[in-house]
Amino acid sequence: MWWARLKALIVKELLAVLRDPRARLILVGPPIVQLLVFAYAATLEVKNVDLMVLNRDSGHWGRELVQQIGGSPTFRSISLANSPNDVRLAIDSQRVLAALEIGPSFSRDIEAGRPAEVQVILDGRRSNASQIVSGYLSRIIGALAAETPAGEHAAPMAVTVEARNWFNPNLIYQWFMVPNLVASIALLIGLIVTALSVARERELGTFDQLIVSPLRTHEILLGKLIPPMMIGLFHITIYILAAVFVFVVPLRGSLFLLYGSAIFYLAAVVGVGLFISALSMTQQQAILGAFLFMVPAMLLSGFATPIENMPAWLQPVTLVNPLRYFLVIVKGVFLKDLPVAEVARQTVPLCLIAVVTLSSAAWLFRRRLE
Amino acid sequence: MSAAGVDSAPFVRLTAVTKRFGRAPPALDGIEGIVRGGRITGLVGPDGAGKTTLIRLMTGLMLPDEGTVEVLGYDTRRQPAAIQAAVGYMPQRFGLYEDLSVQENLELYADLRGLAKGERDRTFAELLQFTDLARFTTRLAGKLSGGMKQKLGLACALLRKPQLLLLDEPGVGVDPISRRDLWRMVENLTEEGIGVIWSTAYLEEAEACDHVFLLNQGRLLFSGPPREMTARVEDRVFRLSGTDGRRRHRLARLLEREGVVDGVIQGEAIRLVMKPGVTPPLGEDESVASSRTAATPPRFEDAFIDMLGGGPGGRSKLAETQRSFAVGDGKPVIEARGLTKRFGDFTAAADITFDIPRGEIFGLLGPNGAGKSTTFKMLCGLLKPSAGEGRVAGFDLRRDAPEARNRLGYMAQKFSLYGDLSVIQNLNFFAGVYGLSGITKRERIELMKEIFDFRPILDLSAKDLPLGLKQRLALACAVLHEPEVLFLDEPTSGVDPITRREFWTHINGLVEKGVTVLVTTHFMDEAEYCDRISLIYRGRSIALGSPDEMKSRIVREDLPDPTMEDAFIALIGASEAEEAA
Repeated sequence: MWWARLKALIVKELLAVLRDPRARLILVGPPIVQLLVFAYAATLEVKNVDLMVLNRDSGHWGRELVQQIGGSPTFRSISLANSPNDVRLAIDSQRVLAALEIGPSFSRDIEAGRPAEVQVILDGRRSNASQIVSGYLSRIIGALAAETPAGEHAAPMAVTVEARNWFNPNLIYQWFMVPNLVASIALLIGLIVTALSVARERELGTFDQLIVSPLRTHEILLGKLIPPMMIGLFHITIYILAAVFVFVVPLRGSLFLLYGSAIFYLAAVVGVGLFISALSMTQQQAILGAFLFMVPAMLLSGFATPIENMPAWLQPVTLVNPLRYFLVIVKGVFLKDLPVAEVARQTVPLCLIAVVTLSSAAWLFRRRLE
Repeated sequence: MSAAGVDSAPFVRLTAVTKRFGRAPPALDGIEGIVRGGRITGLVGPDGAGKTTLIRLMTGLMLPDEGTVEVLGYDTRRQPAAIQAAVGYMPQRFGLYEDLSVQENLELYADLRGLAKGERDRTFAELLQFTDLARFTTRLAGKLSGGMKQKLGLACALLRKPQLLLLDEPGVGVDPISRRDLWRMVENLTEEGIGVIWSTAYLEEAEACDHVFLLNQGRLLFSGPPREMTARVEDRVFRLSGTDGRRRHRLARLLEREGVVDGVIQGEAIRLVMKPGVTPPLGEDESVASSRTAATPPRFEDAFIDMLGGGPGGRSKLAETQRSFAVGDGKPVIEARGLTKRFGDFTAAADITFDIPRGEIFGLLGPNGAGKSTTFKMLCGLLKPSAGEGRVAGFDLRRDAPEARNRLGYMAQKFSLYGDLSVIQNLNFFAGVYGLSGITKRERIELMKEIFDFRPILDLSAKDLPLGLKQRLALACAVLHEPEVLFLDEPTSGVDPITRREFWTHINGLVEKGVTVLVTTHFMDEAEYCDRISLIYRGRSIALGSPDEMKSRIVREDLPDPTMEDAFIALIGASEAEEAA
């Protein structure tokens, strides 16, 4: 009997989402946009850099340096400046990100085995990109230094660093980003679908109809929770397929573990969504509430910036963020075959968060019925 | 009244006006007509008839697909600005700013309409006096009652005295007293030569207009003075009294008879419209000695039904297949004991008490915002009473087992369906939620498909159905599980009169089988179907009794046959006088 009622409710919830053109748009639009934007556009790599060179050296080494920089794929264009004024103007108007000034005695100093200097001017307004470009330039200049007579001479004594990137040997950006997206799309969809479901019924007045029916409060709650979780799992699956087949991200760990923890993650997310839904009287408020939660949740999860970089007082806040734990699991399962123990260690807090969000949503839900 | 403007040039000339929205049948189909100044022209018809569309076409805010609309000599296609400068328009929900005071709203609209500063003080004073709002200038518009909001809306529409005033359902959400006030104000305007268009779904309002356009499903059924319309059924309307409490049963049988065009319940009596030349039945198989038949003046609605080819029959297949509930023990099925609900310092319902025995239709009658919905919601468990107690079939629905709710059916005309779900999906959902499964579920759903003729529309989304079908579907969903108590919240407001009759035929049939019905309504017609009514006004029950008792309380020499609305207004007046004393 209770199962027939619950089944009717779940079927209705799914139909309500699938048959409403606006709701359907929410299920299709944001996931595609998110996949395209984050996987292609929101890259953290620095490419296509415009550089200006003020070469006051007329010798061989100055030319050699410019050529080597020109050969690097990072730089899109290299323009030549005639005066320091040109450099100032170009950086000021953001035509170039960085400028390299080679002093008049550069080649002579190298030939003579004296320390030679170049100056790099960076646009501090784009601090992150500048730092990375500065690193590239240093590496190119370092390589050039090793080729000079003095450098070749000193080579046997120098310490060289061999960097090797585990799990993502070529540091392919998408290997890092696409698994992140699996977690964030589930957050987005789970939150919005749940937040809208109760608010929509309240707005249309059908919610009263549910309350006067023999459905018990916990049945209504379950009926509101299960369909968004099903939809969330569907989106997770689509994204995993895209990761494996479109972006060719290696899947090294167990899908079983991933889905197992995803259920707890979704329960936690849907609990938050239901809480927002119980609070809001209209769909507009519900959407606003969902974004009010989602933006900080993304920023405080380690999605784009490492949690260790946040100030010490802010770091504890991330402990209540379900996305934080699920990100570790998704990335771990994709890139390094995360062991069961570690998955469990991350799933326990998800489980606790789910218990808290679901029970407070249920509490608020019942209270609003008074 | 009407003589003044008859010979003058027409204010509005409609020529073969057609308007379509999407692929649906046209919202307006070849409308022809003339509106003159100095009188009230009623735009009458059920919801979805095309009233709002026609008014918007006259403002020039919308253009017809075919035909022309000429207002005050200007074509809406070519000179909309000239029209908008000379027309006052009050849409259904007038755009009052609820967080501004009455005075601030007036000033804002004076700015928007470009009223010269020098004229303002005089105009405001005049309008405030006219609308009787002078005492409330500092009150926020959001805190005004429905009637006062409409009056303020009217004042704003009149800031620059228009030649033509377009009022879109000004009577909705307004108590009958304010409605009469509004009407009187508008009548005063017509004396100055202003043309007024008053749209309404209340057919009784049509009778008071000077000229009527009767619209139904986008077609103009009638245009002319209302008396011409009622003359169609002159001498064919009868009142059958002395029904000995069997009026529902008798009506059902009468409606099946040859020669009966229409029949409705009016308190203890039955109102019948006969085919021309057919005498009303008396005695014959109904061997009730006391029954009497008397001719009665026709009303607009009688003529409307006659024009539509008569009402539906009196048989309810729904009731025939319904199991009976024994009238038996005489204990009340619904009990309200001192039900009170306070929201902050506002008392929405105070000390409401009544009993409803099995097999009775009980009505909560009152204007919007009077507290009838609050009372209704406390009884069906949607709101927790601040004090007092409500019981349905012996259960307190807020506390007792949800299975108790299996015994009740709930239908709110506007809200009870899932618009994005198709007809069959709605039926399946409600069957599932009420615990029907297997063969029972299939049989009940098949039965509903047959009774309500859903087969051709099973896969349409509920929100795309015409209002009448929505209403049928809502009823089907509410009675799928054969409830013994039905809660109906404004079940037929805005629905066309044919669908309304069909609906009440089913309800009457179910009541004969022992189903108990609680209905809220602000429709006076609907109140006539009730065995007893509680009249709710400003949160209190100011009268309780049968419709006939209420009407007989106010019978005077100059008012021998009062309508329910007359009774309503008189009783509210008496209650206010009592309060003031």
